Amino acid sequence: MAIFGPIVGLRTRLQKEGLYIDPQWLMVFFLVIGSALGRFLINLNSSRKTEIAFVKNTKLRISNYFSNKGKHIAITGFLFAVAYPFLPFTDRYLLDVGIMVLTYIMLGWGLNIVVGLAGLLDLGYVAFYAVGAYSFALLSTTFGWSFWICLPLAGIFAAFAGILLGFPVLRLRGDYLAIVTLGFGEIVRIILLNWYDLTGGPDGIGGISRPSFFGLPFTNNLKEGENSFHTFFNLEYSTAHKLIFLYYLILILALVTNFFTLRIRKLPVGRAWEALREDEIACKSLGVNPTNTKLTAFAIGAMFGGFAGAFFATKQTFVSPESFTFIESAIIVAIVVLGGMGSQTGVVLAAIFLIGFTEVFRELEQFRMIAFGLAMVLIMLFKPKGILSNREPTIKLHGDKK
Amino acid sequence: MSNKLLSVENLTMKFGGLIAIDNLSFSASESQITSIIGPNGAGKTTVFNCLTGFYKPSEGEMILHKDNDSISLKKYTDFKISHKAKVARTFQNIRLFSSMSVLENLLVAQHNELMVASGYSIFGLLNLKRYKDKEREAVEKAKYWLDLTGLTTRADDNAGDLSYGDQRKLEIIRAMCTNPKLLCLDEPAAGLNPKESSELNKLLKFIKTEKQTGILLIEHDMSVVMGISDHVVVLNYGKKIFEGTAKDTRNSKEVIEAYLGVEE
Repeated sequence: MAIFGPIVGLRTRLQKEGLYIDPQWLMVFFLVIGSALGRFLINLNSSRKTEIAFVKNTKLRISNYFSNKGKHIAITGFLFAVAYPFLPFTDRYLLDVGIMVLTYIMLGWGLNIVVGLAGLLDLGYVAFYAVGAYSFALLSTTFGWSFWICLPLAGIFAAFAGILLGFPVLRLRGDYLAIVTLGFGEIVRIILLNWYDLTGGPDGIGGISRPSFFGLPFTNNLKEGENSFHTFFNLEYSTAHKLIFLYYLILILALVTNFFTLRIRKLPVGRAWEALREDEIACKSLGVNPTNTKLTAFAIGAMFGGFAGAFFATKQTFVSPESFTFIESAIIVAIVVLGGMGSQTGVVLAAIFLIGFTEVFRELEQFRMIAFGLAMVLIMLFKPKGILSNREPTIKLHGDKK
Repeated sequence: MSNKLLSVENLTMKFGGLIAIDNLSFSASESQITSIIGPNGAGKTTVFNCLTGFYKPSEGEMILHKDNDSISLKKYTDFKISHKAKVARTFQNIRLFSSMSVLENLLVAQHNELMVASGYSIFGLLNLKRYKDKEREAVEKAKYWLDLTGLTTRADDNAGDLSYGDQRKLEIIRAMCTNPKLLCLDEPAAGLNPKESSELNKLLKFIKTEKQTGILLIEHDMSVVMGISDHVVVLNYGKKIFEGTAKDTRNSKEVIEAYLGVEE
């Protein structure tokens, strides 16, 4: 109370006559109540051992529940994701948030290959996102190719960028690797900013074509004899169609990423990635080529970043270097780490949590950042390995052998 | 006398001014256990690191005789040694993939074969039968070794959750899953209780006789060394001071001096 009083309780106000001080007692009151409650809970927790045992039990039960019911949760989540655009409460804004969350889920899944599986901390993942977005933008504006041609090309370009980054950092590990990848992310952004002839510098690239539904565009101003999505299906023209289409597009892309990751985890490459994360020297002694293994991880992770970037470009119809700052990389890494390294469901939860909640609580302005920080601290305290940190073996000798 | 498997000739390894191995020559044979012993810092592990490609020796030659073919181990670096020359090793401080399951550990050891079978992941992604069969085969092989060491019930547990002795065993059978010609074991009995080390002896004898694999063993536990070695090489300060059978080694004056010091 004594501390809160002067810090929060008094707010300066500048008026014509001079500097005023407004007391904000209500705020102080809330904070005091809040902290007292928090203190009380902590005391409650530490004073009773049975209480702790209970908490531990529930935690164990929750984690068991998640590992047993993982499949059900995934299916429920999937069904919800499919039905989401048509739910009664979903408006344009929520749909937009949904698209954004899915984009980050996809990025999280892509980065999960590099960070979660191969254990290579990549702080410059946004670079591949940017490469994907820019290659898509350039290909579609200069050659006028359609979305479905540009998308794989954008992925290939990003994968190439991944290999380009991979080569010099092969020998690095841990902190050093993180710093170099961070630098790489910045380099890509600065190149985009300064290569004016190609990228348009800070002006960005505009007029990127929108994806079409099997050749049917989502427009209202049609020329004679042309079909668009709404005329073909005899629907009333609505901008929501386009948004719903984009939503399903990113949903499919994200699911492809997920399916791919789940599959590749069970392949020798996937196992080699995880083995490399565990112990590189042991890997070498068993004849696993660390160079190739790391490069494939970088390339495949980057490829999915590139796909997400291409989607971003077509959704915005405009790209500029401003969208690819370090904070984006940080958010994606936070999603992966918070979700639990290597856990696909964890990434989804973390993405919904990080992106969804910050969006939903936008009205609360700076307080959402406090809540955000608090949540981070709580997770690090109680779940230091991330929300879902259970690792399922990729193959089993006993039990549910598939 | 069985066939010669490995011959090390005039091997020298220098780290700056320090000579870790000085002009060392010895040989090891197929289906035999060759022990390298010596006081701490004698250069035993350095010999292993040279053989398995982790260090590049300053001088000398290491030749592996395999199927009427002689391979110079110097040509290969780290991971290729296991892949091409079929030399496998374990480590003094256990190096397992501790948060992966026991079975996964054994499958990683068969990485190269599986990788080819999975068509460098492309066929594997499509879940083709060819890969499935190969994977089943790999699992069978893993199971064979697990059954042999009594670890089958632990197959789906994390390798890091095993007891120390089981981890040692797992590391050895993981190395065996690479189908090695020569198996280099760096202190496999360190930290084992008497029961576990007698089990280890049995396992090593089995590998030697049934798999025709040559074993190179670094060990401090003399009950293991004397119990199973066919041939002993004694190092001190990087130099070979004695070579012979286990019995001869026990009675050798030089060896006793190296371990206990010279009488004034």
